[in-house]
Amino acid sequence: MNLTNKILLLGSGALKIGEAGEFDYSGSQAIKALKEEGKYVVLINPNIATVQTDKNLADKVYLLPVNPYFVERVIKKERPDSILLGFGGQTALNCGLELHKRGILKKYNVKVLGTQVDSINKTEDRELFVNELDKIDIKTPKSKAVTSISDGIKAAKEIGFPVIIRAGFSLGGLGSGFSTNEKELLNALKEAFSYSPQVLVEEDLRGWKEIEYEVVRDCIDNCITVCNMENFDPLGVHTGESIVIAPSQTLSNTEYHMLRDISIKAIRHFKIVGECNIQFALNPASLDYRVIEVNARLSRSSALASKVTGYPLAYIAAKLALGYKLTELKNSITKKTYSCFEPALDYVALKIPRWDLAKFPGVDEEIGSRMKSVGEVMAIGRSFPEVLQKAIRMLQVGKYGLVLNKSKTETIKEDIVTPTPRRLFAISRAFREGYSVEEVHEMSKIDKWFLYQIQMIDGFRKARVNRNNINSEFLREAKQLGYSDKQISLLANTSEDYIRKIRKRYKINPCFKQIDTLAAEYPAETNYLYSTYHGSASDVKRTEKIDKKKVMILGSGAYKIGSSVEFDWCCVTTAKKLRELGYKVIMVNYNPETVSTDYDICDKLYFEELSLERVLDIYEYEQPLGIILSMGGQIPNNLAMKLHKAGVRILGSSPLSIDKCEDRNKFSSILDKLNIIQPEWEELSSIEKAKAFAKKIKFPVLLRPSYVLSGTAMKVCYDDQSLENYLKENVQISKEHKVVISKFEEGAKEIELDGVAQDGNLRIYAITEHIENAGVHSGDATLVIPPQKLYFETVHQIKKITKAILRELNITGPFNIQFLAKNNEVKVIEFNLRASRSFPFVSKATGYNFIEYAVKSMLGFNIEGDYKTLDLDHICVKAPQFSFSRLSGADPILGVEMSSTGEVACFGESMEEAFLKSLLSTGFRLPQKNILLTLGDLEDKIEFLESARMLDEMGFNIYATTNTHKLLCNNNINGHLIYKISEKKSPNILNYLENRKFDLVINSQSTKDLISEKDGFVIRRKAIDYNIPLINNIKIAVLFVRSLYNYKIDELEIKSMDEYE
Amino acid sequence: MQNIRKKVYLRLENGLIFTGYSFGLYGNTQGEVVFNTGMTGYPESLTDPSYSGQILVFTYPLIGNYGVPDFRNKSEAGELQNGFESNKIQVRGAVVSNYSFKYSHFDAASSLDVWLKESRIPGIYGIDTRELTKVLRTKGVMPGEITTQLKKGKLIIEDPNKFNLADEVCVQSPVIYKPKNKKPRKKILLIDCGVKNNIIRNFVERGAEVIRVPSIFDPLNSEYDFDGIFVSNGPGDPKMCKSTIMNLKKSFDLNIPIFGICLGSQIMGLSAGADTYKLKFGHRSQNQPCIEDKGRCYITSQNHGYAVNTKTLPKDWEEWFINNNDGTNEGIKHKTKPFFAVQFHPESSPGPNDTGWLFDKFMDEM
Repeated sequence: MNLTNKILLLGSGALKIGEAGEFDYSGSQAIKALKEEGKYVVLINPNIATVQTDKNLADKVYLLPVNPYFVERVIKKERPDSILLGFGGQTALNCGLELHKRGILKKYNVKVLGTQVDSINKTEDRELFVNELDKIDIKTPKSKAVTSISDGIKAAKEIGFPVIIRAGFSLGGLGSGFSTNEKELLNALKEAFSYSPQVLVEEDLRGWKEIEYEVVRDCIDNCITVCNMENFDPLGVHTGESIVIAPSQTLSNTEYHMLRDISIKAIRHFKIVGECNIQFALNPASLDYRVIEVNARLSRSSALASKVTGYPLAYIAAKLALGYKLTELKNSITKKTYSCFEPALDYVALKIPRWDLAKFPGVDEEIGSRMKSVGEVMAIGRSFPEVLQKAIRMLQVGKYGLVLNKSKTETIKEDIVTPTPRRLFAISRAFREGYSVEEVHEMSKIDKWFLYQIQMIDGFRKARVNRNNINSEFLREAKQLGYSDKQISLLANTSEDYIRKIRKRYKINPCFKQIDTLAAEYPAETNYLYSTYHGSASDVKRTEKIDKKKVMILGSGAYKIGSSVEFDWCCVTTAKKLRELGYKVIMVNYNPETVSTDYDICDKLYFEELSLERVLDIYEYEQPLGIILSMGGQIPNNLAMKLHKAGVRILGSSPLSIDKCEDRNKFSSILDKLNIIQPEWEELSSIEKAKAFAKKIKFPVLLRPSYVLSGTAMKVCYDDQSLENYLKENVQISKEHKVVISKFEEGAKEIELDGVAQDGNLRIYAITEHIENAGVHSGDATLVIPPQKLYFETVHQIKKITKAILRELNITGPFNIQFLAKNNEVKVIEFNLRASRSFPFVSKATGYNFIEYAVKSMLGFNIEGDYKTLDLDHICVKAPQFSFSRLSGADPILGVEMSSTGEVACFGESMEEAFLKSLLSTGFRLPQKNILLTLGDLEDKIEFLESARMLDEMGFNIYATTNTHKLLCNNNINGHLIYKISEKKSPNILNYLENRKFDLVINSQSTKDLISEKDGFVIRRKAIDYNIPLINNIKIAVLFVRSLYNYKIDELEIKSMDEYE
Repeated sequence: MQNIRKKVYLRLENGLIFTGYSFGLYGNTQGEVVFNTGMTGYPESLTDPSYSGQILVFTYPLIGNYGVPDFRNKSEAGELQNGFESNKIQVRGAVVSNYSFKYSHFDAASSLDVWLKESRIPGIYGIDTRELTKVLRTKGVMPGEITTQLKKGKLIIEDPNKFNLADEVCVQSPVIYKPKNKKPRKKILLIDCGVKNNIIRNFVERGAEVIRVPSIFDPLNSEYDFDGIFVSNGPGDPKMCKSTIMNLKKSFDLNIPIFGICLGSQIMGLSAGADTYKLKFGHRSQNQPCIEDKGRCYITSQNHGYAVNTKTLPKDWEEWFINNNDGTNEGIKHKTKPFFAVQFHPESSPGPNDTGWLFDKFMDEM
């Protein structure tokens, strides 16, 4: 085919807002495509929880930062002859462009496969992009940068009113505004120039439709559009933040094909080889359009389009990069037709982003041009109401669907005019309260067709039914409008179970249809399925008798904080192992950004809800041996008891055991019975009782409310006053809504044990140690394996406790226990009877695939053996990835609530080496000169003293405020005095931050001094806003300085994963 | 909406019955039941004369979303109405899964429901169109009826393909279309077997004068001058177009460029001496990949139930395009003379515009 033999593939690193698990999917597909051609694949990606970094996919895996420095060193070592830049998101693309710019690719004679750098540049550089499209008469938004009011007026006249005025370089949209005439413009320009010397005058495209096409082109200029998608939210909301439907719903044939023609013309002009995405603004009142942008790489949208259509875009793109033509590649779904075609859908797919903004008190909730969502769901069905209500349930935010929900926090006008995650519910509510489609359209500019559909769903809830008069026609219509059994039960004032029963009696069951890319025109072997109530027959046969060689896996749902790609890895690994053991695998999941929803990793993929109702539907239809729900995190785990009660067979530990672990009271009494220590706790129903209990166990205390009004669910309180304030203002405390209060242990170490048990016996385990002290959520903690600072006695106790619990609950399968250790005393703080977030980490770090053992144990294979997991010849450190820069207003702190969006892990010969590599893998830049030191409490200042001395010795300038500065001086450490923000004196921290004079900010929170904590927030936030590296934990700060002292960057070894075994 | 919906039935010749609800005319109709997998363009499809005599099933499940452009603007002779492919609905019935009673589009003047009602065409919605499509795919297209009341006994429907449908749908006397505000570059004699408006638009836009004549028109006895002959698309079995085939055979002797589309391609094949046959379920979609002999692949819009049998092509003719999915013929051409035809629809509407260059080719050949 091609002379290429050794290919370097760049991954996207940790999951972050804007770059999630979709790149594990595209990278894994690329590796598969390349391996089929017998190529040698070298992968660089520090994201240890991905499928692509698995042992038997790529030939070499480097868990190293995807940046030019490390990539060059890997190139130097591996000498690949070519490189792929399009499969690792913007991270890989930017890295590739930089490698090209610095001449590194040329130096080592590495050829870029697929779309060439010149083409990528033309799509990335705004000015080049506009010029190129101008050449072929394709319209882009008119925009002009001006530096004076008179130029601004001239520009506006050229562009034509209305215009948008944006102040350049300003944060958070300060100084932006709209003008419809010259008078308004004059005022707007005056204001904008007060913020910035440069102002952008742009044409106003608000209210235009936003449409995307996924385009594929091969090296002989065959060019197709695989999918088009329409945003529910008009222009102004980032496509990653929009509700998106595929195919487009409100476009006529003329519009659809006009945009398709432009897509193909543009992509041919840019000479893309492989896959790309093009975004349009389309005037809702004419055929006028603008091209917004082109992404010359696999993207979130392309992953979505792959799942929407069943067309494997990343796989095909990789083949095209090798020089294949579209007409030579088979359609992997039909296996009968070829890849040079455009899928015809006979269903619709709807995506809704998953936000997690409630985790971040103070964050700006407005949804706009910047991404804030952390994941997404996709629902497939045969009508808009069906997919909309399905998708809302899939979000798992406590909603039963669009209507009939419990909590109602939305406000009609505010939430419709200004988009927030509540917009959809606000629209539905507006209809309920009598607003017309026209009125809602005026406020939102959302196309009326969508609004009519929402109105239809909402209108149906007026149906007058009760448990005695429900008929089959009513039920069918409800189901076709996407109502769940639960919603119908609320309408009819009866139980969900009753609705299910009569629905079955009336034989109203979902049909399971195939996604076959050709709308049934050709027969297809496809195993990619969805459910619908708009059907009279299923495409797949019902299984009549239990199939003992068939196992159903419940996936992990949308990515959100706390449940990310690691659970997808667990599910994929489970599927692979089961198939290896000769089982047929049924996968149920609905997250389009995953490998688990790739239809070739299982025997049947149900792209479906993980609700009790739907899981039972599938279970009854498929009759598997049983369900594995311990791999997908908390969503499937929460179904355990409900499924058990419905008579479903759960593989692994008994649901009764799961229940005992999930129920705080039950678990606590088990620990008491086994004489295992736990932090003191109680469940309380009034502020007085809470105060009394806190006094008894002594502050600080940890609060876990069951009903949160605002802010996060967990909170640490240090005194009476803050306890009272929190309980009064942020949560409800009553007999119905109790608050759990427990002792918050300060200065304790946190240790985790991940393991696999069988029939109550411990079979394999790994112990990891947190670098931060207890109090930092385990998902945000920096983990090291093997543990570095544990006493032999502590390890002994941990094992003893673990074994006792396993035996007591008779556990089989994966589990995770979290411990606190202080002064040789070990307490249990949490027990998860499922695979945990750290399973991929411990599996890859120890070389034993824990999930494979777990699968075998659950199916009764013997896994007894001697596994060496404590005494390793190398060290592996896992570091969290935060996305605070995307979440304006949020406080970048480490606390009891998780806030990281992803993770990386790197190997090293020492903890310092592994730590430094991981830290760099999260995008951290090493300081060159100036470091700001703001440590909250005296203990922290003293703990850091030696580190400060090292920094001084290395020649850094340390800036500190009065007290710390004094302490440094007294200890003969050089330091520069800088004033606190609140002191309003110069040189001031604020000023230095805003002028980017620091290369690093080290901050630790004060638990006592609340005034300086106010400054602390501003310092942390400004550091993030001005893109200054931030370390916000004392233990991490100390480890960082030690690592920096011990290692120069060129001393960090370039070794692939297998070289550490 | 649930209060007013009326049940209607779709019954196939093989006895299968699908129950749904009425939209458009509440009444009965019969025809050959065929499916189309396109995702947009229902006004264009419904007015495509190639569907004459057929009941059209849309596999895309959401139909009616963007309404229908103003169809009351009756165009004058020599003018073509935008958004439609002929001056009336050509199908005998429409079958959809979800009909959207509420529509939204700047160009819409009414709903699909109203248009069907005014055109007196029955529609049925609320049925499993995927299941229906699978039946048609495996058993082949077959006659069927939309009916308000199920009657006992076997369904007896005359096969529309036994008639010369082209002759029924074409113009009855010549119509001339001229480019606006400029002198025509070329004159095309367009043999109308049920031509789609967009074919005429494509020629006129390129500066041609189009003389649209009935399907039985004999180019050798013409009172018009012309530089090339075009044989259009149209409904039914090409072998029923006996006089058109005979006329075209004689026209080869004129040695001027001849271009055919769809039915026109089959007629050209038959005139050249090749044979045609009925496909099991035809190609009716907007995503058919066709490979030109040079290796390039084009995504095309198609609507045909018959095809040229390549093996029967005489030796001075050759295969030009081939379907990348099933290998059937998608175009033929004469090895030395400017006679060529394609099975797909370069005029699209609905569908992709990738092969519009064929119109340029014909213009250049003249």
